[in-house]
Amino acid sequence: MKAGSNLEKILSKGLFAVTGELGPPKGNDVSVVKRKADLLRGYVDAVNVTDNQTAIVRMSSIATSSLLIQMGIEPVMQMTTRDRNRIAIQSDIFGATALGIKNMLCLTGDHHTFGNQVDSKNVHDLDSIQLIDCVRTMRDEGTLLGGEEKIEGKIELFIGAAENPFADPFEFRVVRLAKKVKAGVDFIQTQCIYDMKRFKEWMKMVRDRGLHEKVHILAGVTPLKSGGMARYMAKNVSGIIIPEEIIDRIVKAKKPAEEGIKLCVEQIQELREIEGVHGVHIMAIEWEQMVSQITEMAGLLPRPKVE
Amino acid sequence: MIKAEQKPMEEILRSIDPYKKILLSGCGACVTVCHAGGEKEVGLLASALRMARKKIGKPLEILEATPARQCEPEYAQDLSELIEKVEAVLSLACGVGVQTLVRYFPKMPVLPGVNTTFLGETLSHGVWEERCQACGNCILEKTGGICPISRCAKQLLNGPCGGSSKGKCEIKKEADCAWQLIYDRLSSLGQLYKLEEIIPAKRWGVESRDSGLRRIIREDLKI
Repeated sequence: MKAGSNLEKILSKGLFAVTGELGPPKGNDVSVVKRKADLLRGYVDAVNVTDNQTAIVRMSSIATSSLLIQMGIEPVMQMTTRDRNRIAIQSDIFGATALGIKNMLCLTGDHHTFGNQVDSKNVHDLDSIQLIDCVRTMRDEGTLLGGEEKIEGKIELFIGAAENPFADPFEFRVVRLAKKVKAGVDFIQTQCIYDMKRFKEWMKMVRDRGLHEKVHILAGVTPLKSGGMARYMAKNVSGIIIPEEIIDRIVKAKKPAEEGIKLCVEQIQELREIEGVHGVHIMAIEWEQMVSQITEMAGLLPRPKVE
Repeated sequence: MIKAEQKPMEEILRSIDPYKKILLSGCGACVTVCHAGGEKEVGLLASALRMARKKIGKPLEILEATPARQCEPEYAQDLSELIEKVEAVLSLACGVGVQTLVRYFPKMPVLPGVNTTFLGETLSHGVWEERCQACGNCILEKTGGICPISRCAKQLLNGPCGGSSKGKCEIKKEADCAWQLIYDRLSSLGQLYKLEEIIPAKRWGVESRDSGLRRIIREDLKI
């Protein structure tokens, strides 16, 4: 065991893992965290806590993750390299692990110009692959990055990263995954999948390189709420591909939200059958109340208790 | 070369407002090439400033000069006769040129007339694009000769982010994704294997601007 987190135990036992996602409040209102936590508790094995996603200022992922632990939920603390240099990154890892955080997702982060502090200076001292290498060094070597300096205490983290099979250049995406594996990543959560054909093609490339045996891949899904949302995402979000027939299905549905949930459940069932997919990451953005229904309909409940 | 753009007229007028007689100094090097501060731009801006000041009843006398390279001591010093005759200098050279005059003329206010923008190349007539950030340790050998530090919005060293789509960057739709260019270039060179290697964390704090003031000393050239 590298960190002994619930997520790590489930994945290492070969069980199909389910993770959720929680966006912290745009302020210090703990009741927002509590409300979302109550909607996710018991339906997922761990919950990702985003780190100022889309560069909108929110409660820090470390503080929110710590609150989740108090509320009986295991967090996956996301950390981006956008806002921290390697001094802050390593200091925050000391703090986060001291607070009991055991899973960490290493990200580059959305560009700051997408957010509400466009005048800020972005950092990018490290990129996400170098961040993985940094965390692995701290955990496995017990030293700081690039130095002999010994860490007081023990860093125990289950290291995750993201991967997007729908960004370009397509042939390079699997190379990038291989680099993340080489850097020491333990699990991957993918961008939300709608283009099943492309995802399967990517998974084949993953298997051809034997990467599915070295890293746990959790397939990302996001239920579509409406035809408008589907069209908006397909048109405006780089790195997300939504095939026409899916947009059509949601647009033409009598009850688009219901159809979106149904589609999400079908996707989970299809993803589950793919060799090398070890779990699913449900990103129900500001729609956390649907996670119980999605997991129930997809036959993912009850979540296993592991020791 | 260094690229620059002329500052907005209102900003220039505001900065020279206290003065009645100035030297408008261009530069014959980089800013001439990018049409921001060469002899031609000096002439045009001088006329525009004279007219603007005349209109508000505060006439302005402007001497004009365009040294070959304002950032070189000998050319900067050549301006001393003209500088004695004015209250301030408005410089259309880059930020380096402004500071060379500052060093040689300690009592003379020197105001920037351009924003120094980047180190770049000419794409076509009237179009320039950034190519180098002078990071202090060139990695172009690893990236097929295309610089991700200046051309990737996140300065990623190990491949494109999830926002690379159809060859374009999600930050600026008109910009090519640097890593798509790197991929295509290494592919045509038959060197895609180079992408498998992890480029380690860069030593910004030792090699780049973050190390404090950078200076090159060549003992063999010193007098």
